Amino acid sequence: MERFRILAVGVGGQGILLFSRVLGEVALCANIPVAMSEVHGMAQRGGVVETNIVLGKIRSPLISEGEVDILVGLEPVETLRALPRTQKDTVIISSTDPVIPQIVKDGLATYPELEGPFQKLKETYSRVYLFPGEKMAQEAGTKRALNIVVLGALAGTGLLPFSKEDFLQAIKKLVKPKFLEANLKAFEAGFAITAF
Amino acid sequence: MHPILAAKSQEKLLLLGNEAIVRGALEGGVRVGAAYPGTPSSEIGNLLFQLQQVLPGLYFEFSTNEKVAMEVAAAAAASGQRSLTCMKHVGLNVAADALMTLAYIGIKAGMVIVTADDPSCHSSQNEQDNRYYARLSGLPMLEPANPQEALEMTSYAFELSEKLELPVLLRTTTRVSHARAVVKVGELASYEGIGKGKFEKDPKRWVPVPAVARVRHQVLLEKMREALVLADGSQWNRLFGKGSKGIIVSGVAVNYVLDAIEEFGLEDQIAILTLGFTHPYPAGLLADFLKEKEAVLIVEELEPYLEEASRVVAQERGLKVSIFGKATGHLPRALEFTPGLVKEAIAKAFGINYTPPQIPDLSWLPELPPRPPTLCPGCPHRETYQVVKEVFEELGELSRTIFPTDIGCYTLGLLPPIQMADYLICMGSSVGSAGGFSKATDQRVVSFIGDSTFFHAGLSSLASAVYNKHRFTLVIMDNETTAMTGHQPVPSQELRPPELKDRPYIDIEAVVKALGVKKVVTINPYKKEEAKAAIRPLLEADELSVIISKAPCILYRARVAKK
Repeated sequence: MERFRILAVGVGGQGILLFSRVLGEVALCANIPVAMSEVHGMAQRGGVVETNIVLGKIRSPLISEGEVDILVGLEPVETLRALPRTQKDTVIISSTDPVIPQIVKDGLATYPELEGPFQKLKETYSRVYLFPGEKMAQEAGTKRALNIVVLGALAGTGLLPFSKEDFLQAIKKLVKPKFLEANLKAFEAGFAITAF
Repeated sequence: MHPILAAKSQEKLLLLGNEAIVRGALEGGVRVGAAYPGTPSSEIGNLLFQLQQVLPGLYFEFSTNEKVAMEVAAAAAASGQRSLTCMKHVGLNVAADALMTLAYIGIKAGMVIVTADDPSCHSSQNEQDNRYYARLSGLPMLEPANPQEALEMTSYAFELSEKLELPVLLRTTTRVSHARAVVKVGELASYEGIGKGKFEKDPKRWVPVPAVARVRHQVLLEKMREALVLADGSQWNRLFGKGSKGIIVSGVAVNYVLDAIEEFGLEDQIAILTLGFTHPYPAGLLADFLKEKEAVLIVEELEPYLEEASRVVAQERGLKVSIFGKATGHLPRALEFTPGLVKEAIAKAFGINYTPPQIPDLSWLPELPPRPPTLCPGCPHRETYQVVKEVFEELGELSRTIFPTDIGCYTLGLLPPIQMADYLICMGSSVGSAGGFSKATDQRVVSFIGDSTFFHAGLSSLASAVYNKHRFTLVIMDNETTAMTGHQPVPSQELRPPELKDRPYIDIEAVVKALGVKKVVTINPYKKEEAKAAIRPLLEADELSVIISKAPCILYRARVAKK
C-alpha cells in the first residue's frame, strides 16, 4: 500500500489531538499501519501544536522538512508557518479562520493580511483547499467542531485509502454523544469542500 | 471498563507510548505505583491514578515529589510487591539521592523506574541525558523505540528486576512517550484476591551503614557482571541487514535509521545493530559487530553514550574499525534528531549520494506572529502578578526588585506584558535563590511559587530562610491544583473531585506559620484593591513574609464542576 506523511498543525485548544486520534482510529480499523507523534504539555497553553501522522509502512513518527505529503491546517498562520516542511507536491488543506495570538492582542506583533499569501499558496502548490472551517463548524452547531470539518475535508480528497464510512465509524466511537450530531454535520460540510 | 483494562490478549489498540507503559505494567502485575507528574511522563501517572479507582489490588499515589515517590515504590518492592515510579528526566535529579543507594540495597519484587527525557526541551528547562544515571547508579536500563516496545519492555523489566534484585530504569524520550501507534497487547496479570506484601527484616541488607554499604557495593558490581551477560544475549538488542559498514542505534532513532536504510535500498550493504538493553552496554555484542566492520556510525540522541562505549570496546579488543558519530561531527549532541538529519548523517558517513527534498520557494511568506504559550485568559496568576506589580509601582521599587520564579504555568510570567520572572533553576529554586539574592544584594526580592511546587521543594527551603533570616517575600500562587501537567491533586486543595473528598487537607497558611514566618497574609487576587491593601505592608517591610494568593485554576474549576 501507499505511504502518507500527514502534518496537522493548529493552535492549542483547537482539538488537534482529537483530529489525529480519529484519523488514527480510522487507520487501526482499516488495518493500515499508523504512527503519530504529538506534543503535549506547555505547548497547549495557546501555543502552536502539531501532530505528525504517518500511514503505511513508515516507522518514524516524525516528519522532516520537505517530506510532508498532506499538510492539514486548523489555522491559516499555522499553515503558513509549516510550509518549510512541504515540497511542491504537498496537498494543502486549511481553514482560513484566524486565531489571533495574545501577543498580537497585546500590540506586540501583527497578524498578516492573508489574501496575498493565499494567492501565492495556490500558485506554489497544485492542490490547495482553503475554506472557513470555523464558520462551517459554527453552522454545523458548534465552532469546536472545526477539527472535524477539517477531517471531513481530508476525507473528501479521496487521497487516503479509507472510505467515508470508516471515518464516520471512528467519529461515532470517539466523539461524545452530546456533540455527535454537530460533528457529523461538520464532517459532511468539510467533505463537500474537497469531494468531487 | 477502561479500554486499557478491557483489551484482551493480542488485541490491537491505538496507544500513546505512556499508555503502553501502563498496559505493560499491568501485564507485569504492578501492585504499587507512585509518581510526581512531569511532561513527558505525566500520562503514566494520570492513567494509573484513574485505573486504581476501578482495579482492586492496584495502589497508586501522587506523591509530593519524585524522591518520595521513589521511596514509596522502593519500600513496596522491598516488601515483595511489584512497583513502578515514573518521572520526567529532571525529576530523577530530585530522586537521585534515593536512586544511588537503592542500587546498593536493591529490591525483592520487581521495580521499574521510568525516566522520560525531553530532547529539544519541548517542555523542560534542560535536555539532560538520563542514560548516564544508569551508569552512575549501576542499574540496568531499557530504551524502547516505539509504543509496542514500551509495552513489552515494561512488562519484561519486572522480570529482569527480580532476576537481578535491582530496580530497572526504563528510559523514554518525548518522541516515544508521546508517540501514538498501533500496539498489540499481551495478557493482563491477575489482580484477583491478591493480598499485601510482607517486609522481612534484614538490617545487613536494608540498612546501608558504612559496613553494610561496602558489602552491598560489591554485590552491585557482581550484579552488573550478571546484567552484562543478559544485555549481550538480550532479545531487545537486534541485528538487521549485513555488510562491511554498520550503524549502531538506540531509542526513537531506531525508526529513523531503519526507514533511511530501506529508502536507500542498502539493506545488503549496511548492517544495523539496534539496542534496547543499553546498560550495561552489551560489550560482547558490540565487539562482534564492530570487528567485522570497516566503518560504523553511532546514531543516538543527546550524549555520545553508545559512541564512547563503542570506542572503549574497539580499544579493548584492538579493533581497527572507524567510528563515526558526535566526536566526528556527523551528528549533533544537542536537540532531538529528525529522520532527515539521520538520513544526511548516514549519507555523509558512507558516501551515499543523497539530495534532501526540495522545498518550494517561500520567499513570499509574510512575517508570522509568534505564538508563545501564554497564561489562559482569566487565569488567576495574571491577577496575582498585576496586584504585586501595581504595589511595587506605587512604591517606586519595581525596576530594582528581583523576581525569582519557579516551575509551573506561572513561569510564563516572564513574557510581556507581565515580565516578572527573573531567575529560575529548578523546582523550588524560587525560595532558595531568593534567600541568596537577599544576602548577596541590596535589591528587593519577591519570588513566586505554585502550591504543588511549594509542597514539592519549597518547605525545607522556607525553613532555612526563616532560620537564616533571609529577607524576601514569597508569593505562593495557590490555584488548588498541579495545573501545567494536567490537574493532578495537591494536599492543600479545597476544590476536589468526589474521589478525593476523603483525603486530609493541609492548610498552606498554617504550614507557613508553623515554619516560623511571622508575616503571612492570604489574598483573593481577583479582589484587586483589597489584595493590594493587604500585601502593601509586607512589600514595604523588606523582611521575610509570605503572601498566599488563593484562587483555583479556571480550567481545573470547570473540570471539577463537570464531575
